[in-house]
Amino acid sequence: MNSVMITDKHPLDEIIRADRMPHIWCPGCGIGIAMRCYAQAILDSKVPVEKHVVISGIGCSGRVAGYMNIDSYHTTHGRAIPFAVGMKLANPELMVTVFSGDGDLAAIGGNHLIHAARRNVDVKVICVNNFNYGMTGGQVGPTTPQGARGTTAPYGNPELPFNLPYLLAASGANFMARWTTLHVRQLKEDILYAFHRPGFTFIEVLAPCPIGFGKSNSIEDGLEEMELYRQRCVLVRDGDVREDDLNIDLREDKPIYIGRFADQERPAYRPVRLETG
Amino acid sequence: MIDHRVLTGAHFMNGDEACAEGALAAGCSFFGGYPITPSTEIAEHLALRLPEVGGVFIQMEDELASIAAIIGASAAGARSMTATSGPGLSLMMENLGLAVMLEIPCVVVDVQRGSPSTGLPTMPGQSDVMQARWGSHGDYEIAAFSPWSPQEMFDLTIHAFNIADQFRTPVLILSDEVVGHMIERVEIPPQDHIELWERKRPKEPDNGRYDPFSVIDGDLVPPMMHAGEGYRVHFTGLTHDERGYPDMSPETHHNLVTRLVNKIRCNADQIIRTEGYHLDNARIVVVAYGCTARSARRAMREARQMGIPVGLLRLISLWPFPDDLIEQIATDVGTFIVAEMNLGQISREVQRVIGRPVKGVFHAGGEMIPPDPILSAIQEAAA
Repeated sequence: MNSVMITDKHPLDEIIRADRMPHIWCPGCGIGIAMRCYAQAILDSKVPVEKHVVISGIGCSGRVAGYMNIDSYHTTHGRAIPFAVGMKLANPELMVTVFSGDGDLAAIGGNHLIHAARRNVDVKVICVNNFNYGMTGGQVGPTTPQGARGTTAPYGNPELPFNLPYLLAASGANFMARWTTLHVRQLKEDILYAFHRPGFTFIEVLAPCPIGFGKSNSIEDGLEEMELYRQRCVLVRDGDVREDDLNIDLREDKPIYIGRFADQERPAYRPVRLETG
Repeated sequence: MIDHRVLTGAHFMNGDEACAEGALAAGCSFFGGYPITPSTEIAEHLALRLPEVGGVFIQMEDELASIAAIIGASAAGARSMTATSGPGLSLMMENLGLAVMLEIPCVVVDVQRGSPSTGLPTMPGQSDVMQARWGSHGDYEIAAFSPWSPQEMFDLTIHAFNIADQFRTPVLILSDEVVGHMIERVEIPPQDHIELWERKRPKEPDNGRYDPFSVIDGDLVPPMMHAGEGYRVHFTGLTHDERGYPDMSPETHHNLVTRLVNKIRCNADQIIRTEGYHLDNARIVVVAYGCTARSARRAMREARQMGIPVGLLRLISLWPFPDDLIEQIATDVGTFIVAEMNLGQISREVQRVIGRPVKGVFHAGGEMIPPDPILSAIQEAAA
């Protein structure tokens, strides 16, 4: 006889605003998976939940701040990082995480991204990269592969994309890793690792956006993109950003390099303090 | 450790430095800014002074980052400030609206220069007055002050922090290059003579529900909780309900925006500051603010020596506008003259209130309006 176990508790009840469900994300979207990894990492972090703060910009990934049951700030487009910098420096006891998307962080907020990495401020960034602006309906963004289609590039994207591991490593981030929404254990473990790695850390999470990016680029559903991750992802160990071709074009059958691309111990930014008297 | 936060005593300093000392005296512990003439001395002075008192100085990558950082710092409980000039103020406008919407207090100092665009970087202007009022998108009210001396740069910076915290709102100081770079005597009072208003704080967090944007008090200001205190609150620039949750209903939007606007309008009496000279029996009143009020006072004195019944209304706060006071003065006054270093901004407000044209003494900026053209305008009005 089959038995069905029903529980009215979810393991993440404490940390997710269940009263805000259902969320806004489309079927097949990867943001929820990335958020779930972040939530689990918080619970595993041994940092008190009330010391965790999440700050988001604008876009689908920016909605994560609204769903996490911790102190959460949903700010303006592109400005999550400087908001986080101010908060972290004002209260160093906080574990400040910026959770936002590639368009928010690398296009409109790109200047803040490289300068926060340069300063090595102790802020944790989780960047969902779905290769397009999803919330506004599938426009090309700073990570869209050249030639891929978007609603603002109906003939194919004429621009070259940013490659985030190169960008972050060159800017000086202490830690830079890339995972996909297929790699939930590694993603959660590296978020946890980043919590305990002082300085600027950045984790790129490749995520399906079947409605925004997929529909224009023949990746019809989220599962199909996850299958591409499974087939093509190649783990780099002690990844060297100088050697591998880290560009990603899901439309081509070529490796997607994932793993850690930077892990160093430059001292984290500290405001100048003088002893007087 | 000796507390060097309040430099009690008489000093000879410029307006920008006095502003920085005012911020320290007010307990400002976070400054994020980007260099821009003629405000840079504020950043330079705080780069020197904040590390002495355990505060944070950070030079950000631009003005967008500067205001975002001070809002973030304030959300964590710090009194925070930035300083800029016209071009930088333009870049800050979106996040000024964020501070209004999230109800996070902060102080933004604008040492005005000749504008628009790059304009006259090293020379004075007063043409950001309307941008200060309306520059961010949407309906909102703002508080703005216009110091006319280094002493007032000190005093009003403290007041600006108090107003910001009291009403959970960003507050602007609209100084100008003349006042910012003018060197005068500045008296810094003993620390215990400096009045500091504290943020309204919530009850201790408990397991029960806490609605962070519910308003109990008549002042329409909800108590403010800071990051890391255990309230687990959500702040969003989206239209939100009393729980802080996004709510896309027109009704919630109307109620929220109305409360944010009324929060300033209903408490305007506590924000507005003016100074009147010879307003009793005046048939002519000059309205001026900032450095221009110095010339206006001289012109008024000379005109009175000629026997002309003229008074001066100096606006110490510009926003919210003192409608009631001007309406009251207008009942006995024939002519209003507005002197300002722009081509007519506050003059329109005076016209709106009194319902008839005013006489403008305008200059687009670059140098102080001297007393003479104001005196001529007074004489014409008296003729």
